[in-house]
Amino acid sequence: MYEILEQIHAFISQPWPWWMGGITIGTTLFLLLYFGKDFGLSANLRTMCAADGAGDYADFFDFDWKKQGWNLMVALGAMFGGYIAANYFGGDGMAHVSQATVDTLNNIAEENLLTISTVPLIPGKDVIHNNIPAFWNLYSWGSLFTLRGLIIIVGGGFLIGFGARYAGGCTSGHAISGLADLQIPSLVAVIGFFTGGLIMTWLILPHILRIAF
Amino acid sequence: MKLFKYMVVGFMFGFGMWKLEAISTFRIIEMFHFQSFHMYGIIMSGVIIGIIITQLFKKGKVKTIQGITHPFNDKSHEWWRYILGGTIFGMGWALTGVCSGMMFVLMGSGYTVFAIFIGSAMLGTFAYGYFRKVLPH
Repeated sequence: MYEILEQIHAFISQPWPWWMGGITIGTTLFLLLYFGKDFGLSANLRTMCAADGAGDYADFFDFDWKKQGWNLMVALGAMFGGYIAANYFGGDGMAHVSQATVDTLNNIAEENLLTISTVPLIPGKDVIHNNIPAFWNLYSWGSLFTLRGLIIIVGGGFLIGFGARYAGGCTSGHAISGLADLQIPSLVAVIGFFTGGLIMTWLILPHILRIAF
Repeated sequence: MKLFKYMVVGFMFGFGMWKLEAISTFRIIEMFHFQSFHMYGIIMSGVIIGIIITQLFKKGKVKTIQGITHPFNDKSHEWWRYILGGTIFGMGWALTGVCSGMMFVLMGSGYTVFAIFIGSAMLGTFAYGYFRKVLPH
């Protein structure tokens, strides 16, 4: 019995192929629609603002946020999912990116810091990966006290929150739910996501990453 | 208990996104450099299965738990908001390598600094709500 469990554990712990995305996203979407809800995680940010009393400042937040409790539970569940996956089914904890990406990462760092077998899943030193080169140590509290980390964490968060509500949805609301419903506005939003992403990745991000302080 | 089922859904989603490496900023960099099919495969397979599921619900072949046909709302045709908002969101997505669902997954997996990221995202959402009337939609 124990051996079988160990085999199941090893099976789940290996990196998942891309088509598992269809199964994961499909199951999530199916269950939420079945429960009579819509899939869209960034709506939680609006709910959290409203719960903190933002309704006093803008009527955009003046709505019955308690009815959105179910979506907060989805986010809470996602947190647990991340915790269990990272700590018990983490596998080798590596991002299995292509050699071309490793070259790109080393080019940005202007140093050969990574090889194909040493790209960590998460660029943060605090928790799981102790061997990550300092240059890629982005998601840690220490990083927050550098200009580079501050722009990436605080600036990135602000853009995500602002853009998601402005566009009326995020990757789950537009790219999944919207496209699945064949909504042209969602297609325009997704084209916007990729336009912004390409501008940032190719023109801006390399300069931000090279800020040394 | 009524809300517990949503936690189960979220759990599966968060667990899957972690194992699919969609929470990795390196995967996002790879995607925006067009160096692997992986992320496109995740999104495209999700959308294709999503289209089938959505059609089943729309045509009423599958009813919701309340026994009704799921009400789908058509998105409004305010093009500027999708173009401008989408581009801003995309820039944030590529800057940190994290989108609004993944920040919860990362926060839960022990990268507690994402509390600051979520706080900033709330601030961004608040800024949108505050300036909504002067923004082009």
